[in-house]
Amino acid sequence: MTDTISFKLNGKPTRLNLDGNRLLLWVLRTDLGLTGPKYGCGQGHCGCCTVLVNNVALRSCLVAVSSVKDKDVVTIEGLEQDGKLHPVQKAFMAHDALQCGFCIPGQVMHAVSLLNKNPQPTREQIVQGMNNNFCRCGAHTRIIDAIQSAATEMQGGPAQ
Amino acid sequence: MNTNDYLALNFKDIKDYSDLYPQSRRDFFKRLGGGIIVCVVMSEFLAAQAQEERRFRGFGRGLPSDFNAFLRIDENGHVTGYTGKIEMGQGPITSLPQMLADELDTPLGTVDMVMGDTDLCPWDMGTFGSMTTRMFGPALQAAAAEAKAVLLELAAESLKVPQAQLAAKDGAIFDKEKPERRVTYGQLTQGKKIERHIEGKPPLKDPSQFTAVGQPELHRDGRAKVTGAAHYAGDIRLPGMLYAKILRPPAHDAKLKSMDTAPAKKIPGVQVVQDKDYQGKDLIAVFHEFPDVAENALEQIKADYDVPEARVDDKNIFDHLLSVAPPAHVLASDGDLEAGRKLAVKTVEATYLDGYVAHSPMETHTALARIEDGKATVWASTQNPFGAQGEIARALGFPAEKVRVITPFVGGGFGGKTYNQQAVEAAQLAKIVGKPVQVMWSREEEFFYDTFQPAAIVKISSGVDASGKTVFWDYDVYYAGERGAQQFYTVPNHRTSGHGRGWQGSEHPFHTGAWRAPGNNTNTFARESHIDQMAAVAGVDPVEFRLNNLSDARMVRVLKTAAETFGWTPAKAPSQRGYGVACGIDAGTYVAAIAEVAVDAKTGAVQVKRVACAQDMGLVINPEGAKIQMEGCITMGMGYALTEEIHFKGRKVLDTNYDTYEIPRYSWVPKMDTVILDAKDKPPQGGGEPAIVVMGAVIANAIHDATGVRLCQLPMTPDRVKAAIQKT
Repeated sequence: MTDTISFKLNGKPTRLNLDGNRLLLWVLRTDLGLTGPKYGCGQGHCGCCTVLVNNVALRSCLVAVSSVKDKDVVTIEGLEQDGKLHPVQKAFMAHDALQCGFCIPGQVMHAVSLLNKNPQPTREQIVQGMNNNFCRCGAHTRIIDAIQSAATEMQGGPAQ
Repeated sequence: MNTNDYLALNFKDIKDYSDLYPQSRRDFFKRLGGGIIVCVVMSEFLAAQAQEERRFRGFGRGLPSDFNAFLRIDENGHVTGYTGKIEMGQGPITSLPQMLADELDTPLGTVDMVMGDTDLCPWDMGTFGSMTTRMFGPALQAAAAEAKAVLLELAAESLKVPQAQLAAKDGAIFDKEKPERRVTYGQLTQGKKIERHIEGKPPLKDPSQFTAVGQPELHRDGRAKVTGAAHYAGDIRLPGMLYAKILRPPAHDAKLKSMDTAPAKKIPGVQVVQDKDYQGKDLIAVFHEFPDVAENALEQIKADYDVPEARVDDKNIFDHLLSVAPPAHVLASDGDLEAGRKLAVKTVEATYLDGYVAHSPMETHTALARIEDGKATVWASTQNPFGAQGEIARALGFPAEKVRVITPFVGGGFGGKTYNQQAVEAAQLAKIVGKPVQVMWSREEEFFYDTFQPAAIVKISSGVDASGKTVFWDYDVYYAGERGAQQFYTVPNHRTSGHGRGWQGSEHPFHTGAWRAPGNNTNTFARESHIDQMAAVAGVDPVEFRLNNLSDARMVRVLKTAAETFGWTPAKAPSQRGYGVACGIDAGTYVAAIAEVAVDAKTGAVQVKRVACAQDMGLVINPEGAKIQMEGCITMGMGYALTEEIHFKGRKVLDTNYDTYEIPRYSWVPKMDTVILDAKDKPPQGGGEPAIVVMGAVIANAIHDATGVRLCQLPMTPDRVKAAIQKT
């Protein structure tokens, strides 16, 4: 039951020979050594495992690796471009929007997806859009602020 | 990317000093190379730690004869502080260097911390009780002050200038009369090897001279955490490692009757181990080079258990606990309760209940263990690496020095990671299979083995006289523990009694333990709800009632500040505005909060709209870090106040994941106004826990103000709020 699965991972063509039913999260974390996406609940409740597939946030703990065949997968490790942090990453740092940091890769990836879909969200849209990403330390209020300022910067507004 | 590449990638920022393994700490110092190393023995600090341990755990251990802080200044002038404390989001990786930089007069950027490595760092009890800043901080500052004294001696020799004529700034010492005559710390330590051990307290700087302390600093680990580069225990990779999944019973104390492992063994690459742990209990695990395959294999094992009969559940637990409650021991008393009762014109009696609450850090308990040449190395998500070291040593039958625990970033602890079962499991399994083994608990295992905040009961009887003064206060707390039980109001006749320890009592159906500000959440909920009930019967505004009954100037100041920040205007509750107030003291810090809530009378749902919170925590090291902790406390505290409660039947835990156990989300977050009062003249106090203690009562009091309904049980779920409203 070995399948050959080709996809783009953080901008690079990747080809795996493996059981295509295996879950994307564990293939990323073990076979591919990308430990940014985290295991939090295994049922898609918490969002710690969030990655982008074709620019849309996806819970990697719920999907088979075969589902990303021929698609474009980006993990937190692939967000930095040419040594430059993504505006969302910069904004999280500038707002100190983190504590233990364990949920942060998932929060950042979900926020990027949110801004891809809606580049100028209201505060309420951010709250609703992020509502299924959990943070136990309570960095929520700063993460909301960070996403708002990242949105402004991505629109060409003042950088934080 | 091939296998070799990613192993290298994962290793690069893990400090692994295995090539210079110390046989003893003295050997380690030799191998560190040149420079100045200062070790501090602070008997006062150790005594305080031991006292805290007794307070929290109900037992004390002998004071270690070892030193408890050291730092090194190397030949480049770089300063490294070594501590057994760990970083789990509360921020010492950022704040401890601020304390070091000021005492040493060196730029903040030249100071780093090595944390939570039992081979490299001096013994430490663990990271809990908000002790890092208030108790360990002074030890580290003392080491820095001593190091500077050594540097001044060396500079006097080098510059041929009397010490009194020298001053230190920016990592260099200069002649005050000819500032161009200067020598850097790096130059002074070159070719030197100076080791100092100091006892007692060298003179420290006056806080008014601090330049790094008191400045808002962003988390130093921010970049690592937003790029995925920060490694947690589950992110460490070793060549040849296996992932283990352990067979778990359906309920605590369930006995394995029969089992069929054959289907699991048929899966290619899967190894199954049936063994006993060091206590003689079943240890049945499956291993694979991929964790998901191991998980699938575990699901193939069919096991039958005898489950013990269920006698208690989340409904009858309080009756059960009261029926087996140990006798009272008096924690505080004064005056004459009976005389006080006679003075009262109005009395209030009430019983307050609190359920079991999960820690639920986003990172589940995780460890990776390797045993090589008779030495175990364990990377563990733990709040007490030295505790884990001892537990692993006992399980393996190794002497403690043959166990090294390394603590990478910890993905939240809140008290739950003082319990190191997963590290012991990984070490035992690594010994059995002869390969490195990772144990990463599933969310279901995390809920099952969590050391929950204990269910607890508080009974209070109290009374006020005609002038609105509290004349007696009789308080009994069962199982929450004594932290926060003693009231701070001016009451002439009072008694506070405790029944049962704060945790680990055999009366509970499963493990219980320290949960962020242990005991204080329950005690403050009860006390501050009760104070509001007294204000209501006295017909006095709840803020004014508190001020009438307070003489502690620090508490008066935080309460007035919270009221001003919120824009409080006096009114007798229930005023229908949905305003509530609560005060508390935790870890030496004074806190007052005022909240506004909206209650949906049809559904019972409560929305917290805004919270103003003021805190006096003495000298503040990192004001930004302290504010983040307050915000975190307010947010997390809404969980135990409104939804979080473990459901169980007998010794079976019914909540297994977030589908039924609800923690705070973005949509819950109120507008927050946090104020930290200037109190530079007082020593630094705790910051990671205090603001959470007021959240139960501040919301309960606001619900009462909105609806006239008094909730005496946490959490205040929509069902409970709705039922209470319908009863009126």
